[in-house]
Amino acid sequence: MNVLGALLRQELRIELRTLESVPGMSLFAVTTFIVFHFGLNRPTLEGDLAAGVLVVTLLFAAMLGVNRLWVADEEQGGFDAVLLAPIDRTQLFVAKAIAMLVYLVVLEVVALPAFAFLLLEPPLRPELLLILGLADVGMAVIGTLVGALAVKTRARDLIGPLLALPLLVPVVIAAAQAARPVLASAHPAGAEAKWLLILGLYDLVFALVAYAVFDPLLED
Amino acid sequence: MSLRTLSTATVVALTGAFALVFFYAPNDADQGFIQKIFYLHVPLAMTALGGFVLGGIFAIQHLRTRRSEWDLRSYVAIHLSLILAIGVLITGSIWARASWGHWWVWDEPTLVSFLIVTLLYATYQPLRFSIEDRGRQARYASVFAVVAGAFVPLNFLAVRLAQPFSHPRVFATANGGLPPKMQLTFYVSLLGMVLLFFTLWRYEMAAKRTRGKLRALKRRLGGDDEISLGRSAAPQV
Repeated sequence: MNVLGALLRQELRIELRTLESVPGMSLFAVTTFIVFHFGLNRPTLEGDLAAGVLVVTLLFAAMLGVNRLWVADEEQGGFDAVLLAPIDRTQLFVAKAIAMLVYLVVLEVVALPAFAFLLLEPPLRPELLLILGLADVGMAVIGTLVGALAVKTRARDLIGPLLALPLLVPVVIAAAQAARPVLASAHPAGAEAKWLLILGLYDLVFALVAYAVFDPLLED
Repeated sequence: MSLRTLSTATVVALTGAFALVFFYAPNDADQGFIQKIFYLHVPLAMTALGGFVLGGIFAIQHLRTRRSEWDLRSYVAIHLSLILAIGVLITGSIWARASWGHWWVWDEPTLVSFLIVTLLYATYQPLRFSIEDRGRQARYASVFAVVAGAFVPLNFLAVRLAQPFSHPRVFATANGGLPPKMQLTFYVSLLGMVLLFFTLWRYEMAAKRTRGKLRALKRRLGGDDEISLGRSAAPQV
């Protein structure tokens, strides 16, 4: 049987049955847009302000998902079950990261139209999907690793974001810089290739690092 | 090298560096006397970053061998680098105030990325403190140290690309970089700072090992009740 497929199916089935993460993340993102509207006191946003608000909102919504991601495994014996099973433990990391990526994509399916409807001045452009897709991979990989680190600590809700936010600063920089011209209302342009390259490279390096160091986290 | 020789070498190098800074190196034509903070700020920063990466390398060794000795090495390296990093932020801020007129300059990639790295490493101690089991604490801290060690160079790359250059690029400017007198002073200062790092590292390692031995002796004399660990998340050897 395909181990990765089984683990991934399990993750998604749990989420579908409990609806613990994704609805909360989406609702949080929409509420945050409203908070930004009043905080900034602007009817519409464009350009770098729009890019910043969008990326930061998605980042904070992702933090909620990261905090929930491993809790069921820790509290209800999921870790023990994986340790007992004769499978490669890193498969669990890959399955979790893919599940997290799916959550982030679903989050954006809700958040992007809400953003366009509530705040964005220019229309949404398809280039944005590529930028956010690359940013999602980074957030999923780093979020999954950091979530696994944080879930076994006493202060898990605190340690998770404290570790994840600095690690994700380069993703925020590259995604916001790439999205800036795409969201400009006057003279919109495509994203600079440089930023997409940085996002892709960062995703790749951290996927490899996380893949390499995940094993010791699951040992006892 | 014995601890005594290393300490002597550090004192000599640091005294020599300060003598060169104040009596040998010329004042900067553009910034004047304040530029001399460069001989403290840059070696501090390079040593701190090197120490963070070193902590990551020790952590890889710990994950491979599972000997708590390596965890202790990694812990002490990161712990010292974090102290140096706070020194870097303070001296950098003073230099920014003197030469650009603001205490904090956001379009200054090296300073900003240094702040991000410092904030990340500031979580190292809380992470250790919030894991009770010693073995797990050591493993998790090592995983953190490896990830953060890989993050250090990547973060600098990303932040530097994001902003226009305003940090002085003293080594690779169009007209040849530092004059020889400044270069010599800088290298002596860097040597002094690296030696200082290793001396302090050795001292703290010795102190931690001695404390471990003392604890073992106390345990043999009076049983487990004699030991009070206090508030510490340092690795126990």
